[in-house]
Amino acid sequence: MAETSSADLKTTPLSARHEALGGRIVPFAGYGLPVQYPTGIMAEHNWTREHAGLFDVSHMGPSFLRFNETSGDAQADHAAVAALVEPLICGDITNLKPGQVRYSLLLNGDGGVLDDLMIARPAPPEWAGSLYIVVNADTKEADFARIAAAAQGKAKLDRADSCALLALQGPEAVNVMASIAPGATELGFMHYGAFAWNDTTLIIARSGYTGEDGFEILVEPEFAEAFWDLLLSDDRVKPIGLGARDSLRLEAGLPLYGHDLDETVSPVEAGMGFAVSKRRREAADFPGAARILKEHGGDLERIRVGLLVDGAPAREGADILDSHGNKVGTVTSGGFSPTLGRAIALGFVPPSYSAAGTTLGVAVRNRTQSAEVTDTPFVPHRYYRKPKP
Amino acid sequence: MTTKYTTDHEYIRVEGATGTVGITLYAQEQLGDIVFVELPSVGKVMKKGDEAAVVESVKAASEIYSPVSGTVTEINTALNGEPGLVNQDPHDGGWIFKIQLSTPTELDGLLGEADYAELTK
Repeated sequence: MAETSSADLKTTPLSARHEALGGRIVPFAGYGLPVQYPTGIMAEHNWTREHAGLFDVSHMGPSFLRFNETSGDAQADHAAVAALVEPLICGDITNLKPGQVRYSLLLNGDGGVLDDLMIARPAPPEWAGSLYIVVNADTKEADFARIAAAAQGKAKLDRADSCALLALQGPEAVNVMASIAPGATELGFMHYGAFAWNDTTLIIARSGYTGEDGFEILVEPEFAEAFWDLLLSDDRVKPIGLGARDSLRLEAGLPLYGHDLDETVSPVEAGMGFAVSKRRREAADFPGAARILKEHGGDLERIRVGLLVDGAPAREGADILDSHGNKVGTVTSGGFSPTLGRAIALGFVPPSYSAAGTTLGVAVRNRTQSAEVTDTPFVPHRYYRKPKP
Repeated sequence: MTTKYTTDHEYIRVEGATGTVGITLYAQEQLGDIVFVELPSVGKVMKKGDEAAVVESVKAASEIYSPVSGTVTEINTALNGEPGLVNQDPHDGGWIFKIQLSTPTELDGLLGEADYAELTK
């Protein structure tokens, strides 16, 4: 319960709002951010599942990679900028459709994950040759340097992390957005666009990290407070802190970089094999391809699983035990699921222990508690997918 | 009946030779929503400062230390089904365990009402 000094912590364009709302500010990735507001994590979590939660995620790393000498041929210009980032990641960026957002992984030469990120192709043809890229807060300096170096002077990386990045998540997010940027409600999951609002342009993606339908919105810093206030003036919207953000993403079975993903974990081990695009697999042209393709074929040492834990929450670092009490793995994220009313966890075990229904144990304070392997997400995703035309 | 406090935010309400132990209103506010309480066993013998229980919030686990030496005589099993009692009613329905004091003079080293209020101001 020690108080942490707020000196030296970076602020976001909304820091004054968090203070005014009674947010409990904690250090996170070098920023001072609210872990919760006075209502508390449980209420904030449940509000997001039932209505709409508003998150300040401005600590993250939004950016634009812009090809220097565009030809005016939208397809060719997109292919040119995509070719600059593809050597760093395992995703197919070349074949993104206009307006499409792709979750991908930045890899090291051993196939370990340096970061997870979103890469998007703009919809307007006149913006072709640029990519909207959002990376994690803790890794953004290294990521930006890596991407800028890969651009080889052919494209310029413009950081946008002085902007506000907000997430509006929950089943009522779409109805809230309808009165602010109605065009954004036409977006399907993992699509984005630019929308006029007052005298600025909002970059809005239908995405998020809670498992709910919702939006992530990039706002110019000078408009951030007005936009935040507008969203909160809607009775369906409440501000949500980092605590509930973590419990929501854990229920959604989504890995968190620095916990469930790190430089030793491969996409296949992390259960993110879908992020290794087919075209890239066939070409085997991404970092760590030898290891990742071997693992994709089924030859892997460990894999990420979901665990339903009996009793006290098993936190990050807890040992996962077989029925004889031998350590077979480690919990990488664990906590309490407000939706399920029980403890849940993510962790890594050898594939032979990974089938849903397998009974394992977790060590909590030197005692063994029962834990059952389960499919993730723990709580079903409710993304909005547009029917195929 | 007298209530004493520790600098770790436990309280002990003493009646005769038995004390009722829990965490303070201030402590539960700091911890946030309590989702699990690990209770000691009845009969457990503890020294002052021993880990007696664990309260878990959504975010983290926090140890509860025994404010005095003695033997656990009763535990609040209602917390197994309703750990949120620690938030809603920490000084009454949210008590954690009762302890038979072996060294009542230890109470003299704990904080009184006014000193504890000062600590959490």
